[in-house]
Amino acid sequence: MTGPGGTARELLRAPHPLLSAVAAPVDPAAPEVVTAAADLLATLRRVPVTAGLAAPQIGLSWRLIAFDARRHPRSRSWAGELVVANPRLARASHWDEGREGCASVPGLVADVRRATRITVHGHLPGTGEAVTIEADAIEARCIQHQLDHLDGLLFLDRVPGALSLHRRLHTCDA
Amino acid sequence: MGLSAVTVLGVDRPGVIAAVTGSLADCGANIQDSTMTLLGGHIAMMLLVSGELDSAELTQRLRMPDLVVTASAIKASRHFCEEGGGLGYVLTVHGPDRPGIISAVSAVLAADGGNITGMSTRLTGRLYVLIADVELPKQVDVAALMRRLAAVGAGLDSDITFRPVEPDLL
Ligand SMILES: [Zn+2]
Repeated sequence: MTGPGGTARELLRAPHPLLSAVAAPVDPAAPEVVTAAADLLATLRRVPVTAGLAAPQIGLSWRLIAFDARRHPRSRSWAGELVVANPRLARASHWDEGREGCASVPGLVADVRRATRITVHGHLPGTGEAVTIEADAIEARCIQHQLDHLDGLLFLDRVPGALSLHRRLHTCDA
Repeated sequence: MGLSAVTVLGVDRPGVIAAVTGSLADCGANIQDSTMTLLGGHIAMMLLVSGELDSAELTQRLRMPDLVVTASAIKASRHFCEEGGGLGYVLTVHGPDRPGIISAVSAVLAADGGNITGMSTRLTGRLYVLIADVELPKQVDVAALMRRLAAVGAGLDSDITFRPVEPDLL
């Protein structure tokens, strides 16, 4: 399936070495990065019940994340449907536990502690324009989850205890 | 007062917990600690109950057609209701399913006197995940232990994280 300018790619599933690797910074204006950003977005649009994806999940070890918090029923802030290059967490506060899963870890969810208010800096692919995103609730959780992917971490690496890992039983767990 | 350990295994269906706990109440058993989870569509429940009970009678009264129930008298452990003196950590292992992951990792912890106080493992597709609550004696060299865990993880093509329990921020 092809989105505007992008082609959905195959989603990697854990265990996979690229999902454990630290991704490399990118030049947001480079043509191959623009293509990758479009592909990441096209892939996100195709994957059901997932509010975001990171480039390593489509086999590219680059610092690119895509998200669209409106895909989740309990989201509040909505920065739009965005791809951000070289995203950086600048501020994080109001920590809370919430249940999350991952398109690359089908079948499992866990309660993970995340900041519910964050500020993220990055650049838009193509123009390279600097962006600052203020996110809360689901959008904040989703962005932090994607940032972890860029550092080779899965939500499993943040599970707070043995009783916090669950089989996915409800479709609304995201 | 006597203590009994009760285990309940059976196919998951609504009403199992109500039936088991109802029978326990009828016996005059008081539930102290309990845990319940689903393992591959089967309910698995363990309870520590107190009361003047006979294990054979307890097993008899808990008998249900689709459940396997055991009850045995146990002695109160010295740890029961006592706060541990160690430091709490959480261990995550994830990677391809391999025989011997739990034994390899737990042997490393045991060599340093580490005690696994809770554990869940899940297999989904090719991915094996282990999460363990670990209590370490205060004098353990945690950095050295983490290096040994990482080496074991590398040998199993698995990622291992070992981190202090997040303190409750009140
Ligand atoms: Zn993910």
